[in-house]
Amino acid sequence: MPDGVGLELLAQELREADADAVLGTLYFRDKATLIVDPATIVQTLEHLRAKGYGALMSVHGVDYYPEEPRLGVHYELLDMNAVDRLTVKLRVPLDNPHVPSVTPGWSTANHQEREIYDMFGVVFDGHPDLRRILMPEDYEGHPQRRDFPIGGEPVLFTVDEAEGTAYTQ
Amino acid sequence: MAVERQKLAVVPAGTDLSKEDFRIRQLRARDMLRGDLGDEDLDKYVEERVLTTTLEKAVAWARSNALFPATFGLACCAIEMMSIVGARVDVARFGFEAFRASPRQADLLILSGRISIKMAPVVRRIYDQMLEPKWAIAMGACSSSMGVFNNYAIVPADKFMPVDVHVPGCPPRPEALLHGILKLRKMIQADPDMGWRAGHQAYGTEEVVPGEDQATAVNVFRQTPGSAQGA
Repeated sequence: MPDGVGLELLAQELREADADAVLGTLYFRDKATLIVDPATIVQTLEHLRAKGYGALMSVHGVDYYPEEPRLGVHYELLDMNAVDRLTVKLRVPLDNPHVPSVTPGWSTANHQEREIYDMFGVVFDGHPDLRRILMPEDYEGHPQRRDFPIGGEPVLFTVDEAEGTAYTQ
Repeated sequence: MAVERQKLAVVPAGTDLSKEDFRIRQLRARDMLRGDLGDEDLDKYVEERVLTTTLEKAVAWARSNALFPATFGLACCAIEMMSIVGARVDVARFGFEAFRASPRQADLLILSGRISIKMAPVVRRIYDQMLEPKWAIAMGACSSSMGVFNNYAIVPADKFMPVDVHVPGCPPRPEALLHGILKLRKMIQADPDMGWRAGHQAYGTEEVVPGEDQATAVNVFRQTPGSAQGA
């Protein structure tokens, strides 16, 4: 892990390459996080790869509802030689959820970006095959968003009988 | 002495039948069946040996005692389903142990686990591929009421295919599944009518291939139970 100072130095180095790249840093419970501008994510990850973070371990989607901008994407990087981890986060608004795809540079992101597209509706520009991966292809909506209805069958449990059966109809 | 074979005929207690007597009885029986003996003897012989029933009952009895389940596991309930053929529960006692590898050879579909929306058309297709007569058991909470996976991804079995017996539990013990199978056996013997299939258009063994003929294609997602009557 880079410590707090190391994280700030890393952020400063990225800012020297592109003044708008880093929006902030977060150092919480020995975990270093860079918060970056969505438009610069490809260049940022390439810069970090040159610094030694050669493995993209995973890509995650987040819905920050009711905060704005709502949708987030997290990239977990790993430096295999130093056994050093770094998180890169970005946020995009719901009405324009476009993020440049990092799949051309990091092939592990291929399925994970498809899953984030499937579950959260983040559109990864430049992805070679951006379509649903888990849900059926004709499914409507993005089920992991916080405002997506839970769905399923209404089940009447004995403890709820006093409140009536209306919600099972 | 053919003592143990005396049970073949009704012999008053205390009668001592020699080997010669027994041979005489055998010959008389053969003569009776040829029509050489009189009506009274023949009537007595038939009354002692023949049981009458209807053909439907006989067929239902045969069917219900030799169900072939399909080798088809969906989730964790499948582990319990596999163990019913083991030594402890031993479904072979009732004649259901022959799990068939293809739906064409099976006549019982055990839905052992959760069915996702993506899997539902596959399950329905397997059901449609099975030959008549066929039955289905929804095993466990998930395939009946979606259980703990009650969310956007899972669909209960009743939404897209007819289910004859629901076995509750999460997962049900092998004994519970066996109880369900025996309930199904009783159902087949008592009332082979399968009226509840009308709501799902589940007749015959033809597959419903969407797109081939839009008039008969069934979309399991757009269809509410009971809405397809007479379609």
